[in-house]
Amino acid sequence: MLFKRFLALLHTRNKEFIRDRSSLGWNIMMPVLIVAGFAFAFSGDIGSQFKVGVIHQSEATDASNTFLALKHIDFYPVDNQQRAVTKVQRHQVDLLLDAKNQQYWVNTESPAGYLVEKILVSGDGTNNFQRQTVSGKQIRYLDWVVPGILSMNMMFSALFGVGFVIVRYRKNGMLKRLKATPITAFEYLSAQVVSRMILIMIVTAFVFYSTHLFVDFTMHGSHLSLFLVFALGALSMISLGLVVAARITSEETAGGLLNLFSWPMMFFSGVWFSLEGTAPAMQMVAEVFPLTHVTAAARSIMIDGAGLVDVSYHLLVLTGQSIVFLLFGSWFFKWD
Amino acid sequence: MQINNLVKHYPNVKAVNGIDITLNRGICFGLLGPNGAGKTTTVEILEGINQATSGEILYKGEPLGDTFRKEAGIMFQSTALQDFITVHETLKMFADFYPVKADLDELIRRCNLTEYLDQDNRQLSGGQRQRLLLAIALVNDPDIIFLDEPTTGLDPQARRNFWDLINDIKAEGKTVVLTTHYMDEAYTLCDEIAIMDHGKIIAQGTPKALLKANFNDVILQLPDTEVMDLEHLPFTLHKREGHVEITTSDVNEAVALLIENNISLSQLQIRSRTLDDLFLELTGKELRA
Repeated sequence: MLFKRFLALLHTRNKEFIRDRSSLGWNIMMPVLIVAGFAFAFSGDIGSQFKVGVIHQSEATDASNTFLALKHIDFYPVDNQQRAVTKVQRHQVDLLLDAKNQQYWVNTESPAGYLVEKILVSGDGTNNFQRQTVSGKQIRYLDWVVPGILSMNMMFSALFGVGFVIVRYRKNGMLKRLKATPITAFEYLSAQVVSRMILIMIVTAFVFYSTHLFVDFTMHGSHLSLFLVFALGALSMISLGLVVAARITSEETAGGLLNLFSWPMMFFSGVWFSLEGTAPAMQMVAEVFPLTHVTAAARSIMIDGAGLVDVSYHLLVLTGQSIVFLLFGSWFFKWD
Repeated sequence: MQINNLVKHYPNVKAVNGIDITLNRGICFGLLGPNGAGKTTTVEILEGINQATSGEILYKGEPLGDTFRKEAGIMFQSTALQDFITVHETLKMFADFYPVKADLDELIRRCNLTEYLDQDNRQLSGGQRQRLLLAIALVNDPDIIFLDEPTTGLDPQARRNFWDLINDIKAEGKTVVLTTHYMDEAYTLCDEIAIMDHGKIIAQGTPKALLKANFNDVILQLPDTEVMDLEHLPFTLHKREGHVEITTSDVNEAVALLIENNISLSQLQIRSRTLDDLFLELTGKELRA
């Protein structure tokens, strides 16, 4: 009986969403348009300036200083050698130089790396820089940003699709009517969560595969792993939507609160830019956001080909957040 | 259903202040009162969607619980229905909530919804919408039905049709609890009424018994153009819109006095006391729909 009531609510909610063409269309079109926009924006030559990471810059040798004095090369200091080498592998940095030990890393598959290496070696003349080679396909900004855009779209759909709808139903008396039936809060909220999860996963899969047809973004990992990450991410963010909508009766207040959650998450969860190098406080705040963990895990799977074990930290955080948000949202929920 | 000493206090407001009601099986019970009298709060507590501060409500001898929620049908005055969902889908969804359900085809026919089954809830007219809400309230074949101002906003024809539906429900022996602002509706449909004001029941009984207990007079209505001539006569006068009312317990004597004073009786109307009069008499307030 309980399952029948749950299914009745689930089917009706699904129909309601699917028939709302404008809402459905917007859910699908927004991420497709954003990805297409980025693909177009970054399709050309971004610039001719070379980018070189420098370790031990303050202790540079004379030979290193000669190279570091060159114009039209963007030198930037590096603290973490391992991370910088990864960036060389991804073509995000053209060359990495250890200025103290006269050692450098270059990607053998990078044309820009090849040119910067020639400049380094010819400028020195003595040719006593020790060469380390790495290889790896270029990671464009597009590849980097796609996991974030998919996650962000999921976040908006989860927060507003559940939170806003529940508040609207509370305000117009629909929840009060349901309260007068044998339906329990658990059945109602479960149906809302599952309905939105199904829809989010279908829409995200559609956006992923349809966008992939005309935008060649990187996908090195398992599709199943990515699906599981997105499913867990959707659950955590839908649960957050339940918390926001647990008692509010005004759509305006709900809209404001949902924006209060969604906008900081959109900008400070590493969707658009890396959080590396940002203030420690910002990084701590970002750790709290579910979107940070969905984006990071999806990015690891898509770009690095990471497995579920590699992203287990993010999965654990998302699981914990889902449980806490669901319990709190259910406990705090009011029909009217 | 038995309600004993029901109390509901909000901060600074005593919405319901100790009421007792007995709802016998198969009756239509009307709860009347001006806005703010506490009738909506009372009904919501009886429906189980609001909690009383104190008091006791027993349904079939038991406190309100799962049995009540499965056996009660409720029609709120204003309930939003899901957008993009058809009439039939709405009925089906509500029917699936209950272990016992009415014959949906029969319910659809009875509530005259056959033509609108595939219509989106958003496209229903006021009357169609009220009939759908009534059908939802009946979807579990309830023993007790709460109807909260079911005909507010309907045109006279739709109201009459709705009354027929409610009479059909009564004929099946189901208990109906009706709140309404329309006294004619209460008089036509209710076997028993209670008038509430300031959180208390100030009168309760059958409509006829209440009228008999409170009035032994009739009303004579004359056009207000006769006011000047009437003012010197020994009548209690009430000026209403467009006419003057004379309250008297002896029609013959009153008419004789009017003739004696050459008052024209060509537009005289004589009417009995109604629930409207009783309501105004007891609450002193005009009804607001």
